[in-house]
Amino acid sequence: MTVSRSLPHDAAPLHVTGQARYVDDIPVPAGCLHLAFGLSTIARGRILSMDLDPVRAAPGVVAVLTAGDLPFANDVSPSVHDEPLLADGRVNYVGQPVFLVVAESHLAARRAARLGRIDYDEEEPILTVEQALAANSRFEDGPVVWEKGDAEAAIAAALRVIEGRVEIGGQEHFYLEGQAALALPQEGGDMMIHSSTQHPTEVQHKVAEALGVPMNAVRVETRRMGGGFGGKESQGNALAVACAVAACVTGQPCKMRYDRDDDMIITGKRHDFRIDYRAGVDAEGRILGVAFTHYARCGWAQDLSLPVADRAMLHADNAYCLPAVRIESHRLRTNTQSATAFRGFGGPQGMVGIERVMDHVAHELGMDPVELRRRNYYAEAAKGGAAPRPAASPRGISDQKEAGGGNTTPYGMEVEDFELGAMTEALLERCDYVARRAAVRAWNARGGAIRKGIAFSPVKFGISFTLTHLNQAGALVHVYQDGSVHLNHGGTEMGQGLFQKVAQVAASRFGIGLEAVKITATDTGKVPNTSATAASSGSDLNGMAVKAACDTIRDRIAAHLAQRFQADAAEVRFEGGRVHVGAESVSFAEAARMAYEGRVSLSATGFYRTPKLAWDRLRGRGRPFYYFAYGCAVTEVAVDARSGEYRILRADILHDAGASLNPAIDIGQVEGGYVQGAGWLTTEELVWDNRGRLMTHAPSTYKIPACSDRPDVFNVALWDGRNREETIYRSKAVGEPPFMLGISAWLALSDAVASFGDVYPALDAPATPERVWAAIRRVRNGV
Amino acid sequence: MKKIHVTTKINGDTVEFLCDPRETLLDVLRDRLGLTGAKEGCGTGDCGACSVTVDGRLTCSCLMLGVEAEGHEIGTVEGIADGEELHPLQKKFIEYAALQCGICTPGILVAAKNLLERNPDPTEEEVRYWLAGNLCRCTGYDKIIRAVLDTAAEMREAS
Ligand code: FES
Ligand code: FES
Repeated sequence: MTVSRSLPHDAAPLHVTGQARYVDDIPVPAGCLHLAFGLSTIARGRILSMDLDPVRAAPGVVAVLTAGDLPFANDVSPSVHDEPLLADGRVNYVGQPVFLVVAESHLAARRAARLGRIDYDEEEPILTVEQALAANSRFEDGPVVWEKGDAEAAIAAALRVIEGRVEIGGQEHFYLEGQAALALPQEGGDMMIHSSTQHPTEVQHKVAEALGVPMNAVRVETRRMGGGFGGKESQGNALAVACAVAACVTGQPCKMRYDRDDDMIITGKRHDFRIDYRAGVDAEGRILGVAFTHYARCGWAQDLSLPVADRAMLHADNAYCLPAVRIESHRLRTNTQSATAFRGFGGPQGMVGIERVMDHVAHELGMDPVELRRRNYYAEAAKGGAAPRPAASPRGISDQKEAGGGNTTPYGMEVEDFELGAMTEALLERCDYVARRAAVRAWNARGGAIRKGIAFSPVKFGISFTLTHLNQAGALVHVYQDGSVHLNHGGTEMGQGLFQKVAQVAASRFGIGLEAVKITATDTGKVPNTSATAASSGSDLNGMAVKAACDTIRDRIAAHLAQRFQADAAEVRFEGGRVHVGAESVSFAEAARMAYEGRVSLSATGFYRTPKLAWDRLRGRGRPFYYFAYGCAVTEVAVDARSGEYRILRADILHDAGASLNPAIDIGQVEGGYVQGAGWLTTEELVWDNRGRLMTHAPSTYKIPACSDRPDVFNVALWDGRNREETIYRSKAVGEPPFMLGISAWLALSDAVASFGDVYPALDAPATPERVWAAIRRVRNGV
Repeated sequence: MKKIHVTTKINGDTVEFLCDPRETLLDVLRDRLGLTGAKEGCGTGDCGACSVTVDGRLTCSCLMLGVEAEGHEIGTVEGIADGEELHPLQKKFIEYAALQCGICTPGILVAAKNLLERNPDPTEEEVRYWLAGNLCRCTGYDKIIRAVLDTAAEMREAS
């Protein structure tokens, strides 16, 4: 079997020799034109006039397009048609594309784009949470509220009430490959697009709208991305549409890539949040009731903000069974980049809220924070586990104000697979938590400027798209008469190793070696109507779809051979590159040839939709997730009080990938996710000035973790488990969940800062050295 | 603008090209010579994706003009393997799964190879700081560092 093996990334030999092609590496036909956007320089206002003559006159410029020149739809929004490709009368943030330059070279286009002269009637921008609230600038009519039990009553009756506020910064994706697209006009007005996108179907859809053609006139291909992380779920639409329109107008191939600064200035980022919390606890640290208010800064257009903010609410419990909860979520419209999907999709922000509550409560009660967390955990699933219950019917969902209790989430989903109790115990033991915590305390008791901190945090992350209809996938598999296999599915490859995992599934179904399986680019012409490769769902959905397609072909081959060798089709086995039929055995290639000659179809599609989902978004009730993925981490840090600088000394992680399809790839996801999550909450700071200009728009000012920031000791292990649900080979999704393990790094900093005094540090995120330094001062001064 | 004629050596072969005096070496490699292994991650010398060697010295090709290559020897990721035979670093990167999306990999390999040529026995810390100028958004760096250290150990044994 090729599943469950630690095989390297399928394209690794191409990567190490520099031959792996990303969009910008694809050789372009002669006469290819290059595009750049002219950008808004103000955050909010009306365009009074535009003088683009200097742009047109610039060397190498072929054409300049504005909103009025677009032949059909002027929209690149993935949701509600509120995001023009080119500003139409108004601008809504600094960096909004206003006009499009088509030129002979990338450099010529970018230089010319700076020459536009635009007059604005400038208005006061809405930039902060406070400004948005004051102006009632929001998406949807008012806040969304979901409740379980009566949180206010529970808090009022509690022995202690602990309240506070945490600000959580956004995050730039910093995919190392910037956004890019290439449009190649075809005969008859058709358009071929190469796009660095997680969502080829969406690109196809938007390009078709922009060209006024049906979707069947547009083909989108994505071989690989140089990182995506959610930033290429909708943000690539603009480039692909721009290329398509320009190619249509000029009749020539057109390519566009954002230079890094443009990329950071134009595209959306992770939503920053402010979370206010009030928690009522008993003397043992059990949470009796908690109320959260989420304020999400969504930027100027809706994009995916509603499901992002929903997912934050859906993770407001994290691993804890909260008897009474109230979550109020404000989705605020601001004159900044339209915040978008980013690994975790709101889940991390929601989780930071409750982890902050746990940290704060433990500090106030003087309890060990791990013990406090364990007391509030969901009940552990029985070992080995009873079979999960059948799908809840939507009608069975009880009333919104249903009494709390049971092992249910704030949205009424029964937690059937909880295993963090055992995982926590295993991790604490492996990393020698108790002794190390004592050592940290002893070190800090000696005083001095260098202090240490250690912290644990768990992750329970819901797997499935919360927009239920997205939980579907298709695949297309061909077996050629020489026994080689051509594999295609709707998932895209952004480094997560999806193609390899899915190819392992195909090879296993046919009992052949991986070398016989050709992995091919995602292509809307092969598999239609796909969902974005997002929500960690890539291998869950596409693995199952590919399995279905392979099994169809396998059954056909088996039936044919059974007939030919007078055997029972059910006893035909595909193993070790051979097909065994009773006492006979032929090579897989031979079997394929025989089936072909027997006029048996060797091509099949496969389809999968996730079972058991039933979600009522308006009421916030039901089963939005097929299952949960779990993980936990312990991080130790050292902080220098003189500068606020810090280092991560050690990180220990235990993560549940179910029965992993490929442990090497999964461990890579865990390591990368942790480091990215820790980066989000520590060094990665986005700063806008008071005119709405993003000041941190390059790696020189925006600090993602570097090699030198890697924890000195970094132990990552996979939990030895199987998914209780019938996922592909009982594996679990692993793309997003490990990201939130990084919360432990932020909590460890809080722990170190707390050693300087008695008051709670109330550290905001990102905990930059500056913030840590300020927090130390506050704690020292007891305020 | 008038193009300038440049003669240089790339991965051991003499190469001549014409380029605009404002073009970076990275643009020349990618757009004129078809050597797309070096990537543009930032264009400002901060990410290392464009790393090449110039007369054996590790350089960000986005910070150097194409015309400055005149008379110098350039090494790129395309020159690391010996024909079909991968360099030990390349093999170890595959073995350790030290890459995900792979777009940082060419730059990191050029930088790591350069380190091992100067220092066949680097400490973990030396590797970490040598590669600090090569950003990777996917891997978290752990496997990269271990792959480099293990290659160094193996190459020392072999020599
Ligand atoms: S592209 Fe040269 S250092 Fe980033
Ligand atoms: S592997 Fe993606 S940036 Fe390094």
